[in-house]
Amino acid sequence: MRHIISVLLENEAGALSRVAGLFSARGYNIESLTVAPTEDPTLSRMTIVTTGSDEVIEQITKQLNKLIDVVKVVDLSDGDHIERELMLVKVRAIGKDREEMKRMADIFRGRIIDVTDKDYTIEVTGTGSKLDAFLNAIERSAILETVRTGASGIGRGDRVLRVQ
Amino acid sequence: MELTGAEIVVRCLQEEGVEHVFGYPGGAVLFIYDELFKQDKVKHVLVRHEQAAVHAADGYSRSTDKTGVALVTSGPGVTNAVTGIATAYMDSIPLVVITGQVPTHAIGLDAFQECDTVGITRPCVKHNFLVKDVKELALTVKKAFYIACSGRPGPVVVDIPKDVTAARAEFRYPETITMRSYNPMIKGHPGQIKKAIQALMKAKRPMIYTGGGVILGGASEELTQLVHTLGFPCTNTLMGLGGFPATDPQFLGMLGMHGTYEANMAMQHCDVLLAIGARFDDRVIGNPRHFFEEPRTIIHIDIDPSSISKRVKVDVPIVGNVREVLQELIRHLQATRERLDAQALKDWWTQIELWRGRDCLKYDRSSPLIKPQFVIEKLYEVTSGDAYVTSDVGQHQMWAAQFYKFDKPRRWISSGGLGTMGFGQPAAMGVQLAHPQAPVACVTGEASIQMCIQELSTCKQYRLPIKIVNLNNRYMGMVRQWQEFFHGNRYAESYMDALPDFVRLAESYGHGGMRVEQPEDVEPALREAFGRKKDLVFMDFITDETENVFPMVPGGKGLSEMILV
Repeated sequence: MRHIISVLLENEAGALSRVAGLFSARGYNIESLTVAPTEDPTLSRMTIVTTGSDEVIEQITKQLNKLIDVVKVVDLSDGDHIERELMLVKVRAIGKDREEMKRMADIFRGRIIDVTDKDYTIEVTGTGSKLDAFLNAIERSAILETVRTGASGIGRGDRVLRVQ
Repeated sequence: MELTGAEIVVRCLQEEGVEHVFGYPGGAVLFIYDELFKQDKVKHVLVRHEQAAVHAADGYSRSTDKTGVALVTSGPGVTNAVTGIATAYMDSIPLVVITGQVPTHAIGLDAFQECDTVGITRPCVKHNFLVKDVKELALTVKKAFYIACSGRPGPVVVDIPKDVTAARAEFRYPETITMRSYNPMIKGHPGQIKKAIQALMKAKRPMIYTGGGVILGGASEELTQLVHTLGFPCTNTLMGLGGFPATDPQFLGMLGMHGTYEANMAMQHCDVLLAIGARFDDRVIGNPRHFFEEPRTIIHIDIDPSSISKRVKVDVPIVGNVREVLQELIRHLQATRERLDAQALKDWWTQIELWRGRDCLKYDRSSPLIKPQFVIEKLYEVTSGDAYVTSDVGQHQMWAAQFYKFDKPRRWISSGGLGTMGFGQPAAMGVQLAHPQAPVACVTGEASIQMCIQELSTCKQYRLPIKIVNLNNRYMGMVRQWQEFFHGNRYAESYMDALPDFVRLAESYGHGGMRVEQPEDVEPALREAFGRKKDLVFMDFITDETENVFPMVPGGKGLSEMILV
């Protein structure tokens, strides 16, 4: 099953490699991993999307907790949560495709953030499946480049992950 | 007053009460060595290879309850030390390994003797640090010692660039330390402890299985009291030997791949299993699917949550310091009004004695050749069961574990998790330094001993009178045994050709040497060697090369599917 795990860790050199190394050493899957400092610059927040049986996910959270740099771990999939991913897509936009691309971006609530006479760069935000849907909806041969951030997640309502 | 980084390192070691540092100098640690030279509180032990420095610190730690300390230079100093660090990591031994690094301005530029120490050691340490600012140095060393010896212990590497050892900062060694990201849990959950008591009281075929956690947690007395209170059978893992007295009638011997018939059968057929500071290792429970064929309630006490339900699903997990949890268990047992099922227990012991009657460790005592088991039995007699025994890895290790009956914790010093050949002799050096008056034996084989044989030189320099018991069967015995059983007697590269004359080799280092070829000479040789209190004596026992370790649970088989002699 797919799980989205949030980790608060010390914002120190090498902390990311400890997490990445743990996943490769123990053979856990990483679908995506995003990390950046929080409002408290001594802490980083990481979101890991992984898959595995209940036993494997239990081990992943325990092993993450065991890392000395890790302050807190939450499996967001245990409760209601929101997740978002950002994608930038560069597409060919010439002739009648130019209008079509604009329309598709609008339908998916995307925004065109860079324009030349031959191409658009479109920004789309949403769940991973929405981004997949956008890529499927536009002409495949028109896609010049895509870049995705991987999912970030946060608990719904008063579910908060922070250091007391 | 401001001190240099090198002075700070040495002051930190003094503050921690470190008596011995095992190491090898080199360019990146020259300032630190200079400071060691100027004081005499911390004694430095010069090894002949960095692997041995870490093993010696490891043996020192295993035989005491102190944190071992090693000091090595950058680059090859570190890569040589990695085997020792990984050995300590697998067996949860608290070490602080201080490594030199090239100056900060040279890091990343492929400088002379540069390697990515933090990167290379990351998967085999509890934690590691690169100290880039001398102001952080004292705090970092404090953290290193704290992390190494608290919670589930383990090795911690502190990598210090050369310029940091030369730079100056105010020195203040913190007395205590708190880390928001590291709070090892100590107390077991009271509700879980009650559940455990309920399960134990209902048991009809109980079993207590304990590992290295009991030794590391200093819980042998509590364990012994608990086992006696309950009247249950007890087995130890390789790492747990000495946690419960081996001469006690309730002890069933070691379990696992080369465990006793009675321990493995009781483990397989019990209905309530109390696991304490053990981790259901593949060498212990064999094929987990086979293990699961018998239903049983499992209670698991461990300080590391990730050890629980890793290979075997557990019914009553108790996370906490083993000793404190056992104290709680004993307290509850003494207070409970419930009674154990005496009849069921009696029947269970009857079954166990039947298994024990199988005498699974028997061997041919009339052989004209020296049987390795016989040597260990005699070693046990000659040392009155009270020696510190280190081992290397292979057949001799299993025979030592089976035939030397350890009644006390921290007497059996062996690389269990990583299985590091070359561990025994340097570990014995650390043990002997920690216990200068005690008899220390290194049980080894002619293959293993050659992996760190250069340390005979260190033993001479520091007058370490360890006794080397070399079970010389001219083969990498355990490899040969597997080849005999599973590879059609094709002994690929397991024959040790061109062996040195170990007696003359030992003598060339200034030690004593003996070659023993007849069974009747075994005991006199041991008596003579242990009588030479000031000398290292290398005893080369020429043993039966065809002898195998039994019982044996072949890989992939279940615990009750042993090959018996």
